[in-house]
Amino acid sequence: MSPRPCRLRKVSKPPLISGLKPYGDKLKKENVSSIFLFLEEYEAIRLCDHEIMNHKQAANMMDVSRPTLTRIYTAARRKIADALVNGRQIIIEGGKIYFDSEWYQCSNCCCYFNNPGKMDGIKECPLCRSSEFTNVQQPE
Amino acid sequence: MKVAITSTGNTPESELDQRFGRCECFVIYDTETNSIEFIPNPNKDALEGAGPASVQIVASRGVEKVISGEFGIKVKSLFDSLKIQMIVIKEPEKKIIEIIDMLNKQ
Repeated sequence: MSPRPCRLRKVSKPPLISGLKPYGDKLKKENVSSIFLFLEEYEAIRLCDHEIMNHKQAANMMDVSRPTLTRIYTAARRKIADALVNGRQIIIEGGKIYFDSEWYQCSNCCCYFNNPGKMDGIKECPLCRSSEFTNVQQPE
Repeated sequence: MKVAITSTGNTPESELDQRFGRCECFVIYDTETNSIEFIPNPNKDALEGAGPASVQIVASRGVEKVISGEFGIKVKSLFDSLKIQMIVIKEPEKKIIEIIDMLNKQ
């Protein structure tokens, strides 16, 4: 039996940076690998330690349960600690997430639309029912 | 399913209003009964809070989609939490009747 699929975490917006690099004389660049910090982990750190929310509020923001948020947060702290201690590069990438506002543009009628029912994907343009559309950041 | 469209007037020949909160008029179109209802916007001259007040008007009619030219930042997050789909059309000269025709076309 396959495990229950993981709930998608809501991330409000993508981070400004795509990663962080260590520097210093004693750093041995060759034999340390990079760390992949998932976007959900970045968001947990941002909500808990930058916006100073408690875990319950942060879990609400990310649309997951409180224990799940705490698990994501712990994983994030461990990764950051590893990067600090071992001088690893952090790359913010991946994760099971969706962005708060997802917009699409129809190639046929040029309208923009979003997808409020995140779990089931969009199949056609809500206006002209064309199946040709592209993902965009925000309607300009 | 009901769809709300922002309009510059109260006839099907009117054009799409490019603003959401301070549009002239809301058109509530029901795709099942094919009925069109025009609601004049009481918030069109409001100094502030026009967006959220307008969200309340269309949400109370039970619409599932909203069509306008632009949605403000407060309005976007409100519709997101209400799970109402937003559709942005960047063509100010588009007529209400043309949009309704597009919705009907299978």
